[in-house]
Amino acid sequence: MRKISSEQIQQAVYQAITEVSYHCDPKVTEALQQALEGESNELAQDVLSSILENHRISPESMIPLCQDTGSTVVLAEIGAGVQILGQSLPEAINAAVRQAQHDCPLRASTVSEPLFERKNTGDNTPAIIHVEYVAGERIRLLIAQKGGGAENMSFMKMLSPAIGTDGIIDFVCEGILAAGSRPCPPLILGVGIGSNFEGAPLLAKKALFEPLGRAHPDAKYHQMERQITERINTLGCGVQGFRGNCTVLATHILHTPCHIASLPVAVNLQCHAHRHCEVII
Amino acid sequence: MKEIRISLPISTEEIRALHPNDKVLLSGIVYTARDEAHKRMLALLKHGEKLPFDIGKTALFYCGPSPAAEGRVCGAIGPTTSSRMDPYTREMLKAGLKVMIGKGERAVETQQDIKAAGGLYLLAIGGISAVLSQSIVSCETFLWPDLGAEAVYKMELRDFPCYVGIV
Repeated sequence: MRKISSEQIQQAVYQAITEVSYHCDPKVTEALQQALEGESNELAQDVLSSILENHRISPESMIPLCQDTGSTVVLAEIGAGVQILGQSLPEAINAAVRQAQHDCPLRASTVSEPLFERKNTGDNTPAIIHVEYVAGERIRLLIAQKGGGAENMSFMKMLSPAIGTDGIIDFVCEGILAAGSRPCPPLILGVGIGSNFEGAPLLAKKALFEPLGRAHPDAKYHQMERQITERINTLGCGVQGFRGNCTVLATHILHTPCHIASLPVAVNLQCHAHRHCEVII
Repeated sequence: MKEIRISLPISTEEIRALHPNDKVLLSGIVYTARDEAHKRMLALLKHGEKLPFDIGKTALFYCGPSPAAEGRVCGAIGPTTSSRMDPYTREMLKAGLKVMIGKGERAVETQQDIKAAGGLYLLAIGGISAVLSQSIVSCETFLWPDLGAEAVYKMELRDFPCYVGIV
């Protein structure tokens, strides 16, 4: 049994949040640079240049990449051979969130109750945490600072299995086209196919953590990803709604088993300020 | 690309001279307002009270800044999704609002209301906060500090980059 202290987890999460708030995923920077080179629309070029400039200035000036510094989302994989000493995992993560909000400082963007009071918790807690138990003696944390704009445009539906590949592609593309510029394109799309009503959206979230532009190991899913990206880039609103050919930087699909009667499909949108990282303890 | 310098307050003639997609460098005093601030402003108007600033001479910036680090003018600055403010916009235009800054599409009826009122909707770019922060001269909490990021902040802009959305 490997013992890991909650302080160690807290420190790692704190470092991750403070790092990603000022440093965009370098693969996104690279993809935006390529998009700029392939863009002929003058407005879209202007905006892409500003986004790339922001990636340079943010770490130097220590001004967060986006004013929506996000909600902290943690997908945790806990090895069966790990014992956490001290505080519980959520306590350690929330302590890190609180500390990062105060020190950076980040925007307090969480309300304690969603409908009547909507009172700000003042420190960004609670984080949104999902735990999975796996074999081994390590903890793997996928951490994101997720903005509200792109999250608000995310969607899921329990589709009929008869709808097939083309039906899923239509469903994803129509949803993204309807979202317009509200989720801050260029976007990264996480698509979760399978599981059930609550499982597909979690899978879609997980897909956002895949390395940008990776080739899907299954050629059939890889082709679907490419078809979705290409169709949206042909028909979509372009960078921040200014037309041009770059609405989506990449589409990542993850799939998993599901009920014989079901075909759950969820689409989680990620804006171009893709703030995420992987921590292994 | 060509940039047009504009200072607030902006005249009707200056608004009329603008076209969708023009790039504008905006200077002057603006006030931030998101969902909760809009609710409270509408409540004031409903009770026959005046807003504590001249809404016709400034701009409403749909923005919730992040807190400033010590010694800094401001934190991260950027627009939020404007369509969430659509349900309040008709009343704000009736109260004299002319200029709005935000991101994303507006509802069809809001587009019509803005045009009918001779208003101007400017698009700021989301997710370029460090760049936009360079155009902020001052930023202070003006109203309803209990709302935190959703409070009304008074900001002075200098050459703040945005694009004409609706005119």
